[in-house]
Amino acid sequence: MQVPAPFEYERATSVDHAIGLLDRLGESARLVAGGHSLLPMMKLRLTDLEYLIDINELHGELGYVRVEGDEVRVGAMTRHRELLESDVLAGVFPVFREAERVIADPVVRNRGTLGGSLCQADPSEDLSAVCGALDAVCVVRGPRGERLVPMVEFHRGPYETALGQGEMLVEVRFPVRPGGVSAFEKVERRAGDWAVASAAAAVWLDGGTITHARVGLAAVGSGTVRVEGITEALSGQRPSEELYTRAGRIAARSCDPATDSRGSAEYKRHLAEELTRRTLRRAVAGTGKA
Amino acid sequence: MTTVNDHKPVGHGRMLRKEDPRFVRGRGRYVDDVQLPGMLHLAILRSPVAHARIVSIDTSAAEAHPKVKAVVTGAALAEKGLAWMPTLSNDVQAVLATDKVRFQGQEVAFVVAEDHYSARDALELIDVEYDMLTPVVNARTALAEGSPVIRDDLEGKADNHVFDWETGDEAATEAVFARADVVVTEDIVYPRVHPAPMETCGAVADFDSVEGRLTLWSTTQAPHAHRTLYAMVAGLPEHKIRVISPDIGGGFGNKVPIYPGYVCAIVASLVIGKPVKWMEDRSENLVSTGFARDYIMRGEIAATREGRILGIRTNVLADHGAFNAQAAPTKYPAGFFGVFTGSYDIEAAYAKMTAVYTNKAPGGVAYACSFRITEAVYLVERIVDCLAHELEMDPVELRSRNLIRPEQFPYTTKTGWVYDSGDYEPTLREAVRIAGYEELRKEQADKRARGELMGIGVSFFTEAVGAGPRKDMDILGLGMADGCELRVHPTGKAVVRLSVQSQGQGHETTFAQIVAEEIGIPPDDIDVVHGDTDNTPFGLGTYGSRSTPVSGAAAAVVARKVRDKARIIASGMLEVSVADLEWTKGAFSVRGDPERSVTIQEIALRAHGAGDLPEGIEGGLEAQVCYNPENLTYPHGAYICVVDVDPGTAQVKVRRFVAVDDCGTRINPMIIEGQVHGGLTDGVGMALMEMISFDEDGNCLGGSFMDYLLPTALEVPDWETGYTVTPSPHHPIGAKGVGESATVGSPPAVVNAVVDALKPFGVRHADMPLTPSRVWDAMNGRAEPSF
Repeated sequence: MQVPAPFEYERATSVDHAIGLLDRLGESARLVAGGHSLLPMMKLRLTDLEYLIDINELHGELGYVRVEGDEVRVGAMTRHRELLESDVLAGVFPVFREAERVIADPVVRNRGTLGGSLCQADPSEDLSAVCGALDAVCVVRGPRGERLVPMVEFHRGPYETALGQGEMLVEVRFPVRPGGVSAFEKVERRAGDWAVASAAAAVWLDGGTITHARVGLAAVGSGTVRVEGITEALSGQRPSEELYTRAGRIAARSCDPATDSRGSAEYKRHLAEELTRRTLRRAVAGTGKA
Repeated sequence: MTTVNDHKPVGHGRMLRKEDPRFVRGRGRYVDDVQLPGMLHLAILRSPVAHARIVSIDTSAAEAHPKVKAVVTGAALAEKGLAWMPTLSNDVQAVLATDKVRFQGQEVAFVVAEDHYSARDALELIDVEYDMLTPVVNARTALAEGSPVIRDDLEGKADNHVFDWETGDEAATEAVFARADVVVTEDIVYPRVHPAPMETCGAVADFDSVEGRLTLWSTTQAPHAHRTLYAMVAGLPEHKIRVISPDIGGGFGNKVPIYPGYVCAIVASLVIGKPVKWMEDRSENLVSTGFARDYIMRGEIAATREGRILGIRTNVLADHGAFNAQAAPTKYPAGFFGVFTGSYDIEAAYAKMTAVYTNKAPGGVAYACSFRITEAVYLVERIVDCLAHELEMDPVELRSRNLIRPEQFPYTTKTGWVYDSGDYEPTLREAVRIAGYEELRKEQADKRARGELMGIGVSFFTEAVGAGPRKDMDILGLGMADGCELRVHPTGKAVVRLSVQSQGQGHETTFAQIVAEEIGIPPDDIDVVHGDTDNTPFGLGTYGSRSTPVSGAAAAVVARKVRDKARIIASGMLEVSVADLEWTKGAFSVRGDPERSVTIQEIALRAHGAGDLPEGIEGGLEAQVCYNPENLTYPHGAYICVVDVDPGTAQVKVRRFVAVDDCGTRINPMIIEGQVHGGLTDGVGMALMEMISFDEDGNCLGGSFMDYLLPTALEVPDWETGYTVTPSPHHPIGAKGVGESATVGSPPAVVNAVVDALKPFGVRHADMPLTPSRVWDAMNGRAEPSF
């Protein structure tokens, strides 16, 4: 049995309580939601936290999928399984259900949360790409109130977020615009493994013409939750294979993958292109599996 | 010997496993479930680096931890002469490092504390100063001039050479190669993999200083062999050592060796006088315990243009890690790799092997490999496919033309192995039939025309299992026989005691069925006892698919011995001569007068009763035997795998897998199928995702299940199994081993299928594991994986 180093444990009973604890305990404290990244790191003794603040009791407060006006609001404690099963979410953004189907396994999905996934800021994590493609905005609350951080600015690098002292992610907002379609693709060595590469694409169409398009990539280096230049290249155009190929090349150029046991950098760059092409094609064809 | 497809399994065939009620209810009892009063906990400090000299170890802070009872280093063990221990291959291995660390994860010190958490925390208080040395990571350069010498502990050792080994006839092989129409050469790597049993290794040592008695619960596949070795190493008298191997959560060879952790637990209990538990964690298991494979092979095959195979030749570089701890019969440094000629009737064969030390974990035979037959079968089945590729011949047809014919058995191979029985062609035909091979080829042609990648892979294997005859085989001087004791109680219930140990194979059911078949007592009335040296006869344990070939034979023989005695008692009861008795399962009756009969239960009561017994017959109904196998048994099988490869992402999907196995007489077909299903899953894992790799500094990159991937139900298809039956002529019930057949036979089928799918790219070979990235490399013409 792998066991972590000694730590203190606090259970937060409200968002304000959690923020108060974070503010008071400072850098040595970490929030734990689903725990499927943090607990293995603790057991492998890769962290030096002193306090663990358990926010699982906040699921009542932060576990929801709501349509409010022209946006979908998802609470940070919403579990993967709830994201997977949400018909509301799947109806608006098929990419979510497609991604959730291939994230880890049912045991992990029962516990893991949207907020935990984004705050871990693992460059191989799939939901960040989904949020990037959907132009998501992160709602961050701290001792001095709430602020909004666009998804593209939320990750500052591998395992680094824009969260400051005493702050936590409480909600993620997704703008709903008419004519939106989306899809997700992932290549993994085995079911439940981290992606060798994955891609999320969202396209907005008006009368057969693309008005807006986004692609997010995971596991191909940092800064790819929303690939620059896609919407510029695709807007105003009618969907075509040639267009998808052009977008794929942009994606391949924009990423900076590293060679590791999941695959060579060259292969991952190839996947960035291939999966961008596939997700765009499927999104537009409306075969995103809602 | 002819194949009889409708050969009946042994009686009670597909009965449900007797052991399962406790497993499915969570009532199994494993080593980690052992809790003793006053028990302490041991944790091991391991080297963070692959190769370094130990300058100093400061244990003072760890000793000051309030819950720590002892901190022990290699220097302390050296004072007791226990810093080194012998391996199963006549090498030595450090229990705790004294001079140098030689692989990442090597044992450096241990802490004994009141609880597991404190022991683990205290490890971080030990301060070791290392003087870094250049590691030897690549086996290919281990023997290069100027390579650092890993084993400077061995007197006079000036290089990293472990052994050279050869088999076959070099000159005769050269001669057939010289006159062959076609010669194909291919470099084939079987990467380092790990058995990764669900239960990691561990032990609870309890030394009673008053009685001078050591009780050791440990995760071992060979409790008796381990006890003897502990007696030899620790100097404790053997009768004062009791090794208990309770329920074991998977072995696959990983639990054959004696690990330093077991010795540390024993030493700690001897010194402290309290029970001490050591259970390694997952990372420790993956990083430090017995790995498997790691053979770099050059395969060569010579044939006529018509596809008649003339000869097979191979040159192997074997990576044995830092200590040669391979578990194989002593006279077989390359295990049974000599069966690399496979299932084919060829004219000549030759193999040459060089084994080297590297700064990697020791081990070398594990993961259901039947002593290196996995590597041998992979080599021959891959190189035969390369030949088919060169000859543009169908791989089934090529194999079919070269299979050993039934009338040639017993067949002596060109490397001296005597295959006991086999009828290969019907087995291959059955696999072809189940797969619908012709249809598959048509489908493939259509798909290729559309740019889709579909592959069909075939393998045909012969295994050599059931080690082994005492004239040929021993492990450190211990003959590889197995004992068996059968005692029938007065009420006709029975207990059979085995020297082998189940790690999930279903022994409690299979062995009860063997005995039931022989003496007619229902299997539910037969208790199977195993895994406790105080309660079972001596024998060498379970590995290399040897339980049924050796211990299963012992069970049949001992039951017949009991039956012979029962017959004499029955003759007294029925007042007829022994010759006038007829045995129908469970009862003796008078020939020609079947109404007059006595059941085995009635005989058992008489045997223990007060009435007279025939002259010279003692009371009781029991017997004990020690079975020395006459030969190994040689199961075989034909496997066909169908894969689809995504041309854009290079992902491989195993769509179908057909496995037709011939393991001789089938005892419990359900258990056989379970073994085959598990082995096929292993095979898909090795072919597609499993590998223990290292970076250039010798850091192990497979230290968790996030990095070392095991296949799941989602990576494997619904298995399609079939069988033929060619009984073993020398086994008392004709059975052969089957535990490792599928692990041995399936990797080449999967790889052959992937390579077949990539034929439009001109690919003839690609090395395992065939991850999407490696398949993409192969499609792009890169022979060497780019990572």
